[in-house]
Amino acid sequence: MSNHLNKLTEKKYSEMTNRYSKKSGLIKDCFFAFVFGGLICIIAQLFHDIIISSTAQKIFGTLTEENAKALTVMFMVFVGVLLTAFNVYDEIGNIAGAGTIVPITGFANSITSPAMEYKSEGFILGVGAQMFQVAGPVIVYGTAASVIAGFIYYLIK
Amino acid sequence: MTVDIFLKYLGVFAVGGILCTIAQILLDKTKLTSARILVLYVVSGVVLTAVGIYDYVVKIGSFGATIPLLGFGYSLCKGVFKAVDEFGFRGIFTGGLADVASGIVTAILLALIASLISKPKSKKQ
Amino acid sequence: MSTKQGKQTYTNDRKVYIKETAAIVGPREKEGPLGDYFDEVQNEDFDEKSWERAEAKFTGSVFQKLMRKIQLKTDDIDCILAGDLMNQCIASSIGLRDSGVPYLGLFGACSTIAEGMVTGSLLINSGGMDNVICMASSNFCAAEKTFRMPVEQGGQRPPTAQWTVSGAAGLWLSSQSGGPVITSVTIGKITDFNVTDANNMGAAMAPAAADTIIAHLSDLGLEPSYYDAIITGDLGLTGSGMLRELMDMHGYSLYDERNNCFRHQDCGAMIFDPIKQKTHSGGSGCGCIASVFASYFYKQLQGGNLKRILVVGTGALMSPVSVKQSESISGIAHAVAIEAQ
Repeated sequence: MSNHLNKLTEKKYSEMTNRYSKKSGLIKDCFFAFVFGGLICIIAQLFHDIIISSTAQKIFGTLTEENAKALTVMFMVFVGVLLTAFNVYDEIGNIAGAGTIVPITGFANSITSPAMEYKSEGFILGVGAQMFQVAGPVIVYGTAASVIAGFIYYLIK
Repeated sequence: MTVDIFLKYLGVFAVGGILCTIAQILLDKTKLTSARILVLYVVSGVVLTAVGIYDYVVKIGSFGATIPLLGFGYSLCKGVFKAVDEFGFRGIFTGGLADVASGIVTAILLALIASLISKPKSKKQ
Repeated sequence: MSTKQGKQTYTNDRKVYIKETAAIVGPREKEGPLGDYFDEVQNEDFDEKSWERAEAKFTGSVFQKLMRKIQLKTDDIDCILAGDLMNQCIASSIGLRDSGVPYLGLFGACSTIAEGMVTGSLLINSGGMDNVICMASSNFCAAEKTFRMPVEQGGQRPPTAQWTVSGAAGLWLSSQSGGPVITSVTIGKITDFNVTDANNMGAAMAPAAADTIIAHLSDLGLEPSYYDAIITGDLGLTGSGMLRELMDMHGYSLYDERNNCFRHQDCGAMIFDPIKQKTHSGGSGCGCIASVFASYFYKQLQGGNLKRILVVGTGALMSPVSVKQSESISGIAHAVAIEAQ
């Protein structure tokens, strides 16, 4: 350990670090997270309401509610991938923060961005293996939780 | 009629916004990384759905509740319950992913295409 | 020969001159307050297909630029000392593999160029070497990919986070006269005050900088006022304030009473405009102090605006693995005293 900094302790330094570290502007961050997050959900709702509207049904044939929901999720994934591929999702995310991380578009972004980034390491160990850097844990723990929930449901049903 | 639509969209906006704001507070105020928060959200979605709370949130928020990753957990849980009803024990293992498969498969496929045609660019700021 | 002074400091009996420098930076650095001082600007991808190759090309191009400037044959260069932030320093080894010059790879994180100057001046003082080139490089996108997340991933950086400088720089150290002289060097100790936040490098490195500066001053019996400027690497805005307080706490003030300003300057805090460029706490990376010293401060020394400076390269010794395993982030700092001739 340093003998020149004999007046400093870890505890003192951690207090000092807190004092010097500027905090994020919570109110501003939350405002943008709220607005962008809300807007993304509105877009999904709009898309859903349009494809199940009577006019759309007349043109494209009837759509079950379940299929409409699945189509909406797929559409939102498409939007997330598209914005990532056009190099703008990260710029929006810089302002929106959690507003662009938490919606399903953020999930799509978290799969697309490593896929693009790791192309330089080949399609197998680069794109294929790295695609799930962030999405992997989400799928793993989501699935595990669903199995536990399903098991309990099976027992008490 | 228009008031109903307005209220529905207000619910979507508010619920979606609030769920994102909670994540933002966690990001700013704790040392949790975004990956951890996403995992937390999915698992919470499964748990909240299993105990029956999230159905109310979906009723108010509609896509405002299902588009944030909590909704991913909601689908996983709903899927597994449905499958258990239908197939019994086997459903525990087949139900979860089946319901979210369309989203995941779309993401994989489109990400693969994106990696073929697009190059990452440095950040502007 | 070098002579040991005190515990960590070596004075050079054989004069070591910094005869020439070269620096290439990216567009963000060019737009910053020091933009006019750099030799050349290149895009962060440098027309290459990966960030890693781009950084290697930065290194290779700086080497070629320096060789053109100094007009020596590669056979006249005894050794290159180079390093970067990528795993196993591949930017330096790939960028310099065609150089045909004996090579020693260094890892000192962002302190690499100072580590190079320390090692280089000791090598020249061994009597065996006459011409050594020190180099360091970093690339914003390559560092993001290695240490944080893919560049296209959405998200925010906390206000204490720093932007990795895209750039590379090289210094020609020589025993032949000409240019500023390295008079003494201080090898720093690894310092750790249990900072674990990988988004707060300034806090992780500030104690190391303070420790090395105090070691240097006490080994040589000097006061901070002996130097016109004490220049740290990349503490950024957060770490600079912390260094000044740490120095005050231990009885060495970095404040210059006569000119009403701080004697301490930080390359990370200087290279970007934090408000206009939204770079939060400032710049970081091996290329930060390397390019700022090689251009801005080197010109200040040549122009006579600065006579005696202490250059303190600071580095955060961590890897993506150590961060994931919740290890604390250790700091390192090496000091190089330089006098204008």
